[in-house]
Amino acid sequence: MAKTIVQEFTKGLWEEIPPFRLVLGLCPVLAVTKTVANGVGMGVAATFVLVCSNILVSMLRKSIPSQVRVPCFIIIIATFVVVVELVMQAVAYPLFLQLGIFIPLIVVNCIILGRAEAFASKNPLPASIADGLGIGVGFTIALGALAGIREAFGAGTISVPFSDTVIQLFGPSFQPFTFMVEAPGAFVCLGLVLALMNLAGK
Amino acid sequence: MGDFILLAISAILVNNILLIQYLGNCPFLGTSKKMETATGMAMAVVFVLALAGIVTWIFEAVFLKPLGLEYIRTIVFIVVIAALVQFVEIFLKKNIPALYAGLGIFLPLITTNCAVMGVCLINIKEEYNFLEMLVSSIAYPAGFGLALILFAGLRERIIIGRVPGPLQDVSIALVTAGFMSLSFLGFKGMI
Repeated sequence: MAKTIVQEFTKGLWEEIPPFRLVLGLCPVLAVTKTVANGVGMGVAATFVLVCSNILVSMLRKSIPSQVRVPCFIIIIATFVVVVELVMQAVAYPLFLQLGIFIPLIVVNCIILGRAEAFASKNPLPASIADGLGIGVGFTIALGALAGIREAFGAGTISVPFSDTVIQLFGPSFQPFTFMVEAPGAFVCLGLVLALMNLAGK
Repeated sequence: MGDFILLAISAILVNNILLIQYLGNCPFLGTSKKMETATGMAMAVVFVLALAGIVTWIFEAVFLKPLGLEYIRTIVFIVVIAALVQFVEIFLKKNIPALYAGLGIFLPLITTNCAVMGVCLINIKEEYNFLEMLVSSIAYPAGFGLALILFAGLRERIIIGRVPGPLQDVSIALVTAGFMSLSFLGFKGMI
């Protein structure tokens, strides 16, 4: 049993890492990866919602009638999103302002609903927690990595998550490649990272 | 009147919801492989979003704001949108079967389309009045439809071409979307 729980956790880190292997939940991936701090902040918020909704869905899986399961999942997820919204306003207000409408939009992130539907509603509690954590951590790593590429080229900096420090990567003569931090750079960058993942996977 | 035209142009081109604001990308990639599905999805989004914008705006003005319940907006909006989509589905099935045949399969997907929820939230965040909200709830999905249908046209051509192995499917689609987004970025100087 212990082995399978470890497997449930690790599959989220490579085999099924969102958004590269599971191409879901692209909106936050594209929108908040301008800086590493925003990307990781979003990842942590999504992980919290994912783990909590997986726990509740898994515990209630026998009492939720299957005809109305999707509305039930959505309400469970929405509740935790409100929790995240309120907590973030209290402890990380600048980050809350930066992420803007993408915090309430976690509620329509298909990764979370997808895990509730595909995994937590069919599996016992420990496995569901491991699955939620694995996918969440994978999502955070993916967001951080993508944001790292975009911020390094687009602004020449790396901002450290959960602090105000910003590391300058290049010397003063560096000209930022602003294409990367604008909308088109997000699409192209994600497309190319996806291609690299495909290359590595084969 | 000029303000409304400006708002509409800004919502359709300058702040295009798919390519500039990055909302609704899952259906953007999911339904753009064929022109028919892209058109169906675009129509369904326009239809539902116009209704959802009105209903959520009224909910905000009548219940949430006077009662000081703004902090549960997320729950209320998602429930309202889900219920509305269900209602539209039942209504169309019963009364307008021709339209249902075209839009039916796309309707359940719309509940989790972040473009719908996103525009409802933008309407509140920008503190639009009723008429401005109406313009934005029609113009944003129009921009969504425009981008989606143009993109489906491009994607149909890409499938015929020879794409390098690792870039196939979603990867090349995202790069294409990037260049489309670049051209939409050119509208920035318009307003």
